[in-house]
Amino acid sequence: MLNALLSGDLPRSRGLTLILLAILVGLAFAPFLFPGTRSLNTAATICVFIVLVASYDLLLGYTGVVSFAHTMFYGIGAYGVAIMLELWPASWGGILLGSLAGLAVSIALAFVIALFSLRVRAIFFAMVTLAVSSAFMILASQLSGLTGGEDGLSYRVPRELGPAFKLIDTEILGVKVDGRLLNYYLVFLASAGLVLLLLRFVNAPFGRVLQAIRENTFRAEAIGYRTVIYRTIAVCLSAGVASLAGSLMAIWLKYTGPDTTLSLTIMIDILLMLVIGGMGSIYGAVLGATLFILARNYLQNLMDIGASALGDLPLLPALIDPDRWLLWLGVLFILSVYFFPSGIVGRLRAGR
Amino acid sequence: MTDQTASQTETAAPRAPLSERFGKWVPYLLVPVFLILGYLLIGSGPTWATLTLAGLAMGMMIFVMASGLTLVFGLMDILNFGHGAFISIGAFVGATVLLSAGGWTGADSVLLNLGAVLPAMLAAMMVAGGLGYVFERVIVRPVYGAHLKQILVTMGGLIVAEELIRLIWGPDAIPLPRPEAFTGAWIFGMVAIEKYRVYSVILGLIIFLALLWVLGRTRTGLLIRAGVENGEMVEALGYRIRLIFILVFVAGSALAGLGGVMWGLYEQIITAQMGLDVLVLVFIVVIIGGLGSVHGCFIGALLVGLLANYTGYLMPKLALGSNILLMVAVLMWRPQGLLPINKQ
Amino acid sequence: MPEPLLRLEGVHTHIGQYHILQGVDLDVPAGGLTMLLGRNGAGKTTTLRSIMGLWNPSQGRVVFDGTEIGGMGTADIARLGLAYVPENMGLFGNLTVQENMVLAARKGPMDNARLDWIFELFPALKKFWRLPAGNLSGGQKQMLAIARAISEPRRLLLIDEPTKGLAPSIVEALIEAFLDLKRSETTILLVEQNFRMACAVGDSVAVMDDGQIVHTGAMSELAENEALQQRLLGLSLDTHQ
Repeated sequence: MLNALLSGDLPRSRGLTLILLAILVGLAFAPFLFPGTRSLNTAATICVFIVLVASYDLLLGYTGVVSFAHTMFYGIGAYGVAIMLELWPASWGGILLGSLAGLAVSIALAFVIALFSLRVRAIFFAMVTLAVSSAFMILASQLSGLTGGEDGLSYRVPRELGPAFKLIDTEILGVKVDGRLLNYYLVFLASAGLVLLLLRFVNAPFGRVLQAIRENTFRAEAIGYRTVIYRTIAVCLSAGVASLAGSLMAIWLKYTGPDTTLSLTIMIDILLMLVIGGMGSIYGAVLGATLFILARNYLQNLMDIGASALGDLPLLPALIDPDRWLLWLGVLFILSVYFFPSGIVGRLRAGR
Repeated sequence: MTDQTASQTETAAPRAPLSERFGKWVPYLLVPVFLILGYLLIGSGPTWATLTLAGLAMGMMIFVMASGLTLVFGLMDILNFGHGAFISIGAFVGATVLLSAGGWTGADSVLLNLGAVLPAMLAAMMVAGGLGYVFERVIVRPVYGAHLKQILVTMGGLIVAEELIRLIWGPDAIPLPRPEAFTGAWIFGMVAIEKYRVYSVILGLIIFLALLWVLGRTRTGLLIRAGVENGEMVEALGYRIRLIFILVFVAGSALAGLGGVMWGLYEQIITAQMGLDVLVLVFIVVIIGGLGSVHGCFIGALLVGLLANYTGYLMPKLALGSNILLMVAVLMWRPQGLLPINKQ
Repeated sequence: MPEPLLRLEGVHTHIGQYHILQGVDLDVPAGGLTMLLGRNGAGKTTTLRSIMGLWNPSQGRVVFDGTEIGGMGTADIARLGLAYVPENMGLFGNLTVQENMVLAARKGPMDNARLDWIFELFPALKKFWRLPAGNLSGGQKQMLAIARAISEPRRLLLIDEPTKGLAPSIVEALIEAFLDLKRSETTILLVEQNFRMACAVGDSVAVMDDGQIVHTGAMSELAENEALQQRLLGLSLDTHQ
């Protein structure tokens, strides 16, 4: 049963199994284990980013294609929901229509980009996606009539997903069973479903072909797999899942703006999460996203304490200033690529 | 028998077919075509002149930054995202020199102004070039031949470099006023010619011509062009291609640093992430021109600069997407770019 | 027997996961033209590339005039006086004929006597001196490739299938050129599929199959012995040209 659910791709390491279980339990019971708005927000963000990073893994880890447009698709999904909810406030139809519209636009756009850049050389894809996504970002902030520009859009979600809605009056374990809780479980279950779906894809023959292409484009071509077609499908698939992740985020945050969806900073975060967590195993995305977001939300506090403790020394406080944490992550990222390209998951699996 | 073969080998036409020869020149014609189309669409001479100058200046600056990237790619098949870091570093080093030159930049004397700007540019080139050397040894060399890792590692290098800039110069944008002699415009009747743009075009042209001279007339340049085509054969002729490559990498980084100063003075403000922002334009130019081609890079840069300024005036909403549309159009026409290098 | 100029002892070369050379033993005597024959895929090109250091042998010794060159960098090997003409000729198509020659003469400008000699061998080069090499015809390109290899005195030329895809009349011209070249006492290791060419220019011969040398001897001996030809080379050679 579990084997079927995970598509036969078990963690294959005791340490990894334990960590994944801890993450699963932590996220599944987050509202009860870590009450409070801030921690619930962190948990929801982790859920969405696990999906986002896992869908990126389909590209980077399984297909060997570097894309810088992943946040663009994420943003399209988010703006789809945001714009529809702006039109039909607080409606389930708006959510559905927005998600589907975002999905369709993302897949179509991904298809066009793949068509243009993959047929020449795979590295074109990295450059073209960077160019297209940065143009898209500027476009989104320019079309302020539609997107709210730099300010973004705030909108209302259906009443059942807001804190005003009470499902039952009694509290469970001291937690109010309100719409906010429902919203969280919507995000959690949808994310879990999408991750399982991705696991299914990469473990199907389709995923094996992708890996064959990644290992040796020339030979895969010789055996007769049309590499461009397979890669294009992977690009579209990954864009579609990213778009759905964006829709989830839009539903959770009730706000969509360029900084929360489209910015290149998020793109770099995704890269860092995936490479440090481990490319080419969806579990790496789970680990990477969780650790990264926990670290960003809590480790920075520690750095802050450290920095003020070292107050009077020259340079050292500046180095562990919380704003500099990206510096250390960048260094860690480079070291990961050199020394353990399969990331934390690869380490855990090798060391079992 | 020998006579016959001799005459045969000598008379065999050593020229490419007409269509191919003609096709080679079409990309060069695009620039005048753009100029004429721009004039027809804009309709007003003075406006057109101003926009054209702005476009050429922007194009030249992008060319200065992109030339190194395209050569590094052509020579060693390395796509260096870290190139953006050299642009930023150049701008910050240049700004530091300029701002510390104090009164010299504000003085109403071309000589004093130049006395501040030239050292700033030289310092930017030296620091960016030195950083390029370190970057090549530490970041790039271990991942030769692995494209995926190259992109990741050079991107990581860019992130770290950006953060180091924030560490050294602080997180905020730094305003960078132009020296006195580079501010303002010359007025010819209806046409206002902004001085800084003229200087940018001149400097860009000098660098383009110097690059062409080096690549076309010096032994080192010949080796670089030969290496772009077939690095293995350069090695088999007894040259160490690594040395050539390091030279190109350092020179390309230095040019990126110079471009960073030029761009900073153009925008009059510099930020740590400006390198990444400009890198987007640089990539578009390199793709349009054909990876590895200096001529193509030059044409691509001018087209991008002109198009950005023309559409910015004609259809401001479209201006941002114009470069992407240009890239798509070029790739539809020539999937390898305007002037691709034939690799063996 | 004098020391050979080049000696390969038990050379193994892997390309990726493929084991191409499986213990090649080959002597190239100084001053002569040694033919390296064999079927497609026998490992001839890999042998040349392994000598040149373009692929590093995983095992065995490559000794050139007393120096072990296995594992050395290609540029350093070239500097010992080896020149390589690959099957695809390795010309720089965007550079002119002149520029190709200038780069090949690494030690400095060529002296006029040598240049005249090369022009005598390949008159077409003089005519198209300032044209891009990419514009030359197939035969002219091959001549330029060989001319580049002899732009300065070399001790050993490694030439891979110069007649491939060339018209018979141009092959004749190449044979003339090789006969001239031999008079200049240059040692040549020539990979060839054209048996007529091999018979015309070869002094000694080595035949490869499945990554090993299966026959060595005088070229004249192989040329006369049809049964041996059949056994060693099968029908893959174009013996009727």
